[in-house]
Amino acid sequence: MTKKIKNLNLNFGPQHPAAHGVLRLILELDGEVVEKADPHIGLLHRGTEKLIENKTYMQAVPYFDRLDYVAPMNQEHAFALAIEKILKIDVPIRAQYIRVMFCEIGRILSHILNVTTQALDVGALTPSLWGFEERETLMTFYERASGSRLHANYFRAGGVHQDLPAGLENDISKFCDNFPKIINDLESLLTDNRIFKQRNVDIGIVSKEDALDYSFSGVMIRGSGVPWDLRKSQPYDCYEKLDFKIPVGKNGDCYDRYLCRIEEMKESVSIIKQCLAQMEKGPIKTFDGKISPPSKKEIKQSMEALIHHFKLFTEGYRVPKDEIYTAVEAPKGEFGVYLISDGSSKPYKCKIRAPGFSHLQSMDYLIKGHMLADVPAVLGSLDIVFGEVDR
Amino acid sequence: MINLTDLEKKINSELATKINQSEIKHNQLFLEIDKDDLIDVTLFIKTNKDTKFRQLIDITVVDYPEQTQRFKVVYLFLSHEFNQRIVLSYFINENEVIPSMTSIFPAANWMEREVFDMYGVNFKDHPDLRRILTDYGFEGHPLRKDFPLTGHTEVRYSEEKKKVINEPVKLEQNYRNFDYESPWEGTKYIKDLSENNDKKN
Repeated sequence: MTKKIKNLNLNFGPQHPAAHGVLRLILELDGEVVEKADPHIGLLHRGTEKLIENKTYMQAVPYFDRLDYVAPMNQEHAFALAIEKILKIDVPIRAQYIRVMFCEIGRILSHILNVTTQALDVGALTPSLWGFEERETLMTFYERASGSRLHANYFRAGGVHQDLPAGLENDISKFCDNFPKIINDLESLLTDNRIFKQRNVDIGIVSKEDALDYSFSGVMIRGSGVPWDLRKSQPYDCYEKLDFKIPVGKNGDCYDRYLCRIEEMKESVSIIKQCLAQMEKGPIKTFDGKISPPSKKEIKQSMEALIHHFKLFTEGYRVPKDEIYTAVEAPKGEFGVYLISDGSSKPYKCKIRAPGFSHLQSMDYLIKGHMLADVPAVLGSLDIVFGEVDR
Repeated sequence: MINLTDLEKKINSELATKINQSEIKHNQLFLEIDKDDLIDVTLFIKTNKDTKFRQLIDITVVDYPEQTQRFKVVYLFLSHEFNQRIVLSYFINENEVIPSMTSIFPAANWMEREVFDMYGVNFKDHPDLRRILTDYGFEGHPLRKDFPLTGHTEVRYSEEKKKVINEPVKLEQNYRNFDYESPWEGTKYIKDLSENNDKKN
């Protein structure tokens, strides 16, 4: 008598802690081997693009914080750059350094979260306890500059909202001195750890060709050996003036991606140090009164400044009719904004290109033939944050 | 890295009949084509050794409700080798079906699903055209300009039915969309508009 074997359908998430948010993954299992994975997304869809179409350019900035909420300022950067290119405004050099510095802080924030939670997914608890302490420090830097730990709303078209408070540069510099030791501690826990390697080496291998076909970017494509980083290849703001290396993986598996992230954190520390060293006192936003608001002092003395202030915060500035795609190297990959302006003070269309969206789509390709236990490891190395996937 | 103007010339000479318009803006090449040439043009720029646009960055649609050809479909490509970007676009009517790119770029799968979900544009030969971002059983296409910002339905847990239900949106307070650009116009109140419509019907 032959026994009939049926494949098992398994619902992974949306409440599973290893799903890194609200991912519903429908897995078809043959025993313990995954035959098919069908990710259902959209459980965190908030209609960001629709909302942005109904807000002025300045009011749209906070929506970008809420996309990839572990590295908020990197997203704001893409939007600010897009508007600046259309308006053809120059950003003061100090503002460029501040923005790049906070983008690198964002990169460290994101990579700590990813590396440590990936370790957590495969069974190591300690890294996340150590890593999150550092994230807390970094978020206080965010808070001191912008007023909030997460949703910064700090970057503006033409610069940043306000200058750094006294003493912050010193404290960031101190952090940069201490942080490499923390990375080494994390590495001592993970890099040569037998269990961590067993769970990650040769899991979720992506070939160069497939990385291109599946629109991978960031660590996902560098892990597979493609030396591509927008900070180098299409530099924006002051990245050209900075000296840093692009770590590239060899095998394209989860372990290589982990190593890339660790190396990138070290590079980020060096970038922050260079920014602090090269930064000089000066203006932090463009002087164009039609785009950046006048100072408090001016408002008290000048009627025109008061009118400008009022018009800027009600009507907002108008952006001439144009079409542009701008991308930045966010911690997770290429984050882009495709902006269409129609001459009014609100964007006609603002399409957000989130790296996580293309990464998650390849889940079926990555996990086919792997064991069920590899699902969290692969998912962890994709570095998914649902804020940006669902938008 | 080849020059963007050289790239424009190259593409224009090779695909002379297929390119309706080309323009260089913001260091990117903007091409306008016909819907029927999409697959040919894409295959060319992907495989030709002088272009090598190996990555599809995104697909999206722009809605112009006042035009007869309502939707503008936009494709963004990236060439790692030559470090260039192309923005490919064409216009279609509201109910036109457009060819799917999934056979050339597997990454197009979800991008096309998103376009279908958000704009209601249909794709021919797409392996799995389902909604992606909106809720199960959602109706309408949210990113169309005639879809209201508040949506049509709101969701809540019903104590009587012991399940989550969808109801028409009831605005307790008006959604206020001030028109600051003109000092003379006030706000348009959606609630008043919809009540007036109810009276007419």
